[in-house]
Amino acid sequence: MSEINPLNKLPSVMEKSTNNYYQRWRSFKDSLARYGVIAGGLSVIVALVLIFFYLLYVVIPLFKPASAEAVNHYALPESALGKTVLLDVEEQNEVAVRFTNSGQAIFFEVATGKLILNEAIKIPAGASIVSFAQSSPISEGAVIYGLSNGQAVVVKHQYKITYSDNKRLITPSLKYSLGEAAIVVDNQGAALENIAVKVGDKSTTIIAKTTDKVHLLHIEKQQNLLTDEVTLERSETVLNIPLATITDIRIDKEERNLYLFSDDGHLSFFDISDKTAPVLRQNINVVTAGAKATVTTFLNGDSSLLIGDSTGLVSQWSMVRDELKRPAMQKIRSFKVSEKAIAAINPEPRRKGFAAIDVDGMMGVYHTTSEREVLREQVTNTLPVAAALSPRSNTLLVETSDKNIYFWMLDNKHPEVSVKSLWQEVWYEGYPKPDYIWQSSASNSDFEPKYSLTPLVFGTLKAAFYAMLIAVPLSLMGAIYSAYFMTPLMRQYVKPTVELMGALPTVILGFLAGLWLAPTLEENLSGFFLLFTFLPIGVLGFAFVWHNLPKSVLEKVPEGWEAAILIPVILLIGWFAFAISVPLETMLFHGTLRDWFKNEWGIGYDQRNALVVGMAMGFAVIPTIFSIAEDAIFSVPKHLTVGSLALGATTWQTMTRVVLLTASPGIFSAVMIGLGRAVGETMIVLMATGNTPVMDMSVFQGLRTLAANIAVEMPESQVDSTHYRVLFLAALVLFLFTFVFNTLAEIIRQRLREKYSSL
Amino acid sequence: MMKLWFKSGSPWIWLNAAAVSTCLIMVVAVLSLVFVRGVGNFWPAQVTQFSYQEEGKPLSIIIGEKVDTSITPAIMAKSTGHKMTDDEDTLVQYLVKVGNRDVTGADFRWIEERNVKEQSDPESMIVIERREWGNFYGQLLEVKENGKTVAKGDQAMPELQTRLDAALVVFDKIKQLEKKEIGAINYGLERLRLKQKKLQLENRWDSDAEKQFAADKAEYDAQYQSHQAELAALYKEIRRDSLVAKTESGTEIKIPLAKIVKVYQPNAMNIFDKIGFFCHKVFEFLTDEPREANTEGGIFPAIFGTVMMVIIMSIIVTPFGVIAAVYLREYAKQGFTTQLIRIAVNNLAGVPSIVYGVFGLGFFVYILGGNIDALFFPESSPAPVYGTPGLLWASLTLALLTLPVVIVSTEEGLARIPKSIREGSLALGATKIETLWRTVLPMASPAMMTGLILAVARAAGEVAPLMLVGVVKLAPTLPLDGNFPFLHLDRKFMHLGFHIYDVGFQSPNVEAARPLVYATALLLVLVIIVLNLTAIIIRNRLREKYRALEG
Repeated sequence: MSEINPLNKLPSVMEKSTNNYYQRWRSFKDSLARYGVIAGGLSVIVALVLIFFYLLYVVIPLFKPASAEAVNHYALPESALGKTVLLDVEEQNEVAVRFTNSGQAIFFEVATGKLILNEAIKIPAGASIVSFAQSSPISEGAVIYGLSNGQAVVVKHQYKITYSDNKRLITPSLKYSLGEAAIVVDNQGAALENIAVKVGDKSTTIIAKTTDKVHLLHIEKQQNLLTDEVTLERSETVLNIPLATITDIRIDKEERNLYLFSDDGHLSFFDISDKTAPVLRQNINVVTAGAKATVTTFLNGDSSLLIGDSTGLVSQWSMVRDELKRPAMQKIRSFKVSEKAIAAINPEPRRKGFAAIDVDGMMGVYHTTSEREVLREQVTNTLPVAAALSPRSNTLLVETSDKNIYFWMLDNKHPEVSVKSLWQEVWYEGYPKPDYIWQSSASNSDFEPKYSLTPLVFGTLKAAFYAMLIAVPLSLMGAIYSAYFMTPLMRQYVKPTVELMGALPTVILGFLAGLWLAPTLEENLSGFFLLFTFLPIGVLGFAFVWHNLPKSVLEKVPEGWEAAILIPVILLIGWFAFAISVPLETMLFHGTLRDWFKNEWGIGYDQRNALVVGMAMGFAVIPTIFSIAEDAIFSVPKHLTVGSLALGATTWQTMTRVVLLTASPGIFSAVMIGLGRAVGETMIVLMATGNTPVMDMSVFQGLRTLAANIAVEMPESQVDSTHYRVLFLAALVLFLFTFVFNTLAEIIRQRLREKYSSL
Repeated sequence: MMKLWFKSGSPWIWLNAAAVSTCLIMVVAVLSLVFVRGVGNFWPAQVTQFSYQEEGKPLSIIIGEKVDTSITPAIMAKSTGHKMTDDEDTLVQYLVKVGNRDVTGADFRWIEERNVKEQSDPESMIVIERREWGNFYGQLLEVKENGKTVAKGDQAMPELQTRLDAALVVFDKIKQLEKKEIGAINYGLERLRLKQKKLQLENRWDSDAEKQFAADKAEYDAQYQSHQAELAALYKEIRRDSLVAKTESGTEIKIPLAKIVKVYQPNAMNIFDKIGFFCHKVFEFLTDEPREANTEGGIFPAIFGTVMMVIIMSIIVTPFGVIAAVYLREYAKQGFTTQLIRIAVNNLAGVPSIVYGVFGLGFFVYILGGNIDALFFPESSPAPVYGTPGLLWASLTLALLTLPVVIVSTEEGLARIPKSIREGSLALGATKIETLWRTVLPMASPAMMTGLILAVARAAGEVAPLMLVGVVKLAPTLPLDGNFPFLHLDRKFMHLGFHIYDVGFQSPNVEAARPLVYATALLLVLVIIVLNLTAIIIRNRLREKYRALEG
């Protein structure tokens, strides 16, 4: 531009050069601003994309498979000291222990296999070891040796952590919590061929099988309150069961349920809540004909059994109450590891997962709730003898028949989540049937987290549905009237009022809905129902009367003021509906409408229910739909309507056949945006519902939406935990929901704008 | 005729009109509900003395404010277990705020009208607003100084007022000392500790630094000691006086003046007294700090927190919003990119606010904040500085949330500026940015203002994302104070909207807190109405102006 500027062509060279300099500076500024502005404009897209990808980035690890890494393998420490009956790793993955059938506890370094400590279990002279078992839950570290003289020894392996020079030192030790003397189980001194134990803080239960009996020994610690003296109280019983076939015994952590397995895959389930009178509850076959149960163990929490069989199948059996509320074990799912027999199953000590290894050394890592195989890995090529999974489930030790130990590290962060566990019915432990449940946390560590998003999505859609049920008719009818029939003078006031309605913070609407509307609705339920019915009828009745008023009266009222005239009428109708509601209720239902619904239909009534949410959120959504729809209708080109009217159509005909048809895409996008708003609304649903994640279509029941769920649970969820990521997934779902609605709406609106401009 | 009428379509028009009327009625109803309940809170209510006798029980006296009346039809009352005689159509119940929580255990009580034998509003009734245990209702007996009676009967009230005024002055002094002076010392000590740790981390902790550290610490300690002595004297002074009052059941209780905020006799007030009292209460509500788990007192920290957040948010959102709008309207070629940006803007406007909260928590707080802490504040580890929800992150999250509001509004303003103005400027040799900067943007500034106002209104009312990125129910310190660096962007803050949610739904004593929640809601509604109306007015003026320009 500077070339054509005559002012630039000044004679002075000096001036010219400064001027040039200035021009260059100007054009530099111009292009700098250009790039700045372009970057700023595009940053809007960047922001949206960033939100999406960040959410995705947090969510994706949920669905990543686990991985395993072979770290080391070394010769079995002290292999001369007998065969391993139990292999275990402590919390920090530094020290492992191996209990042998000769009564030795051998502690060694996990990483190298270097011996740390070798300690013999104190066994009375003259007795030999015939059986061994581990207490449940595993993390407590108690084991029992059954002896040939009818006695048993209970011992715990423990680890003390000390720090010196900022270095951690772990010292293993053995502790005899029930005293160093062996416990007499069989008075006749018969060998304890098979044994099981549960060591608790207050009591210990031992089940032991001799050649002709099954003993139940219960030892209770009694503490004298005055002297703090501890006495042990014993009670003994003999179980009534056909013998000879028992191969495995399991007691749960509550010392209430006892499971006996026989070698043909038969399970006998006893209720031993009363230690002096055990009851046989169930006798059931747990493997298919011809197969054998090779490994049995508890899943974390001790309410499910995992049974590995000779066909490579691991099945989960859980206690389910039947129609008569009797507890019975039932197979709820199974996992196919391979075609070979299962050699070892190691449940994860803190999750509902487990690792199973077959005789060929093929390992599968599974999670029961999500029914997911998170990992499959050949961990060894020789027959596995024992395996151990560390408390944090990130270290795996496998001992093989050729006296080696293989040390694997596992990376398995979020096995609890799968597409099935998020969206489909899952059979949770202790539930009578598969169900959709959201229950993310509980106080105890062996809780099975239930991450089904289905009830939350259901709640979200339910709330949005009732909100739209109220908002769509009101806002669209209002938009039609205000854009087309209302006098401009009134429109000038109505539009800002509706805008104001949209600007009201949702926290206030939610607060009013929860603390004012909900109790009011509960007391005047019939009044509200009457209002919904009377309103259209009353308005039509009034309109008819108005229509028949003498012309002289009508002419005095200008057109387009119907809405103003109707205000007192509607108030009157409202007053009437509430005034007659109580007598009417008394007459028709002999009580309140709420009781009638409950007694006649079995429909319960929650004070904060979907109807309250529908009304409050309807209120919040009305202005959104109203403004967009009103704009769409108002901007229908005038020549179309004028043409229609000129051809003799009535205003209403023009409205329905011309205007609405032309504006229908705009109206559709208004509804879409309204729906998007209703789906994502948080505060209203948080405050106006009970936030119960139930799947119930009833208007009188509460609900929990995705958004409210995030608001409730996010602050207390631990960063990067499964729960945290599932909440991010909920946010991502919400984002996608609204993204679809909004994009659709915006594209339709852009099309419509082009269409109008061409008309 | 009916058929003809239906065919004309007129009934449908009426029905559509009814929809508009219904919406209007709803808006007005909601606003008046909030207004009436919010304002009612500050008006001094009569204290009534009821002689109350339930069937088969002795006559008792109940003193309190009648808060609510409920009229239940006989049939419903029966179903909820009330005994009704045949000639009673309705059961009338009053909700009475009886206060005296320390004596009776509950603030409120439902009584039945039919059991009220007598009721009166004796002028001598006093209401005592206390710092703990809620209101006291009853009669003043005497005023004591160090346990000795100094005034009794009619003299008691004036004596009490003068002594209470003195006690309140002392109380303010104590608060000032504890919060400001001692707070500053604690803050200084904490900074000193961090400085020490930082030097140690950087291996620069030597004898000089140690000496300096010891000297600084000694100075703070000395200051603390002197304040401590001052405080002890003040505490002794404030604990001197007390009053003795009689409750409804005749129990005499002693209340130290240190525990009292206000004493008044509502029944003895005339209309001017009441107006004065009302104004005083409103002022107190706006400027005081909350008491008793937020259920009493004022909401000043919440107002302050909201304002701070909104200001910081505006500083962030305005340039971004304006630049994006300028790009859309002035630079970009209308086509695929602008369409994409418009879709993005609409999506940003439509993404649920809680998703912004989740994003803010994950991205701003944990990723950005976590890295800032690791880079600049290694000394305060493991305690996070910016790696925890706080004012800055809340403002940033809300800036993102309100960005579309500013963009849309500014863009509309730019679109209304006639093309001729730009062309004129370009023709005179101005570059594009000069045209924009000197002519277009100044003309569009009211539109930007509108957008900003709307964004502020939206941010002031938004709660869901803030719950995740920095709002707390009770912040011990304000984000702005006299301690360097004065503005503490890492601090958590209180917010009006969250205050409503928290006090209304999470409070242990919802019934007692309700009036306060309504009052807070009213304040928030008023702020938002004023902001929105301002925006609407500016926008309308602007439209008129450009219509004139185009014409």
